[in-house]
Amino acid sequence: MNKTSPLNNTLTFAFMDPPFENERTITFFRLLDAALEKNANVRVFAYEGAVALAFARQQQHGNAVHGRDTDAENHPLTKDWIAALQRKSKDKGLSFEWINCGLCVDERGVNEAVEGCGRGGPADLWRYASESHNTLAIGTR
Amino acid sequence: MKVLQVIDQAFRTAGEEQDDTILWLTQCMRGAGAELEVLLTGHGAYYTVQSRAQPALKFGAWQQTQPADITQDIGRLREKGVPVYVEREALQERGLFGLPVLPGVEVISRDAVAKLYENADQIWHW
Repeated sequence: MNKTSPLNNTLTFAFMDPPFENERTITFFRLLDAALEKNANVRVFAYEGAVALAFARQQQHGNAVHGRDTDAENHPLTKDWIAALQRKSKDKGLSFEWINCGLCVDERGVNEAVEGCGRGGPADLWRYASESHNTLAIGTR
Repeated sequence: MKVLQVIDQAFRTAGEEQDDTILWLTQCMRGAGAELEVLLTGHGAYYTVQSRAQPALKFGAWQQTQPADITQDIGRLREKGVPVYVEREALQERGLFGLPVLPGVEVISRDAVAKLYENADQIWHW
């Protein structure tokens, strides 16, 4: 909900869930993709477990139960989804910014983020929100 | 821009984070100049009637030394000029209505929540 922010085409998302735990993460990425599809610039503040979404050392693996090796399984990784959205924004001439909460990164040991994802803090969330048309905070449960 | 922070969960990760992470986020953003209000509803209403720090965790020989003190955190928000509200019905539903609430916390009816939402520019419901 927003009644006073200047009209622009930038949306901020605050997200808290980690990869591989629940469907909110999938929905969050669908929302980011939809925002870009509608020509909105996107800014993400990743808080708590969400800082692992951009962890650069995520690795694919094979799955014996599926009967597939690593290449065939082609396991989804959130770092690749971020990279795909970065490419989509670039192709469309939009911006896609991502800041991880630094303290959340430290306590989880996920310091190595993919290129284009930076480190910051709550002041960045406030800056993002203040400069955006609207903000969606997606809490965890 | 004024943002209303709505907190309806309680004690989620309070053990390992040593605070309520949304109250912490609110304190940080207030320090960065944000105009914020806090509405405690649902299980979050309990924060307004407790007066002790959380019990320290202990696993084997490991002992927590700085358990969450949410009462202190709410007091700090009030000291920084952040209005803190609690929904009366949330207290009633949990048998907590009538207990003393923390100083500076305003008890409001569920009907008044709509007005609170109307007066904010953005609602961040965590």
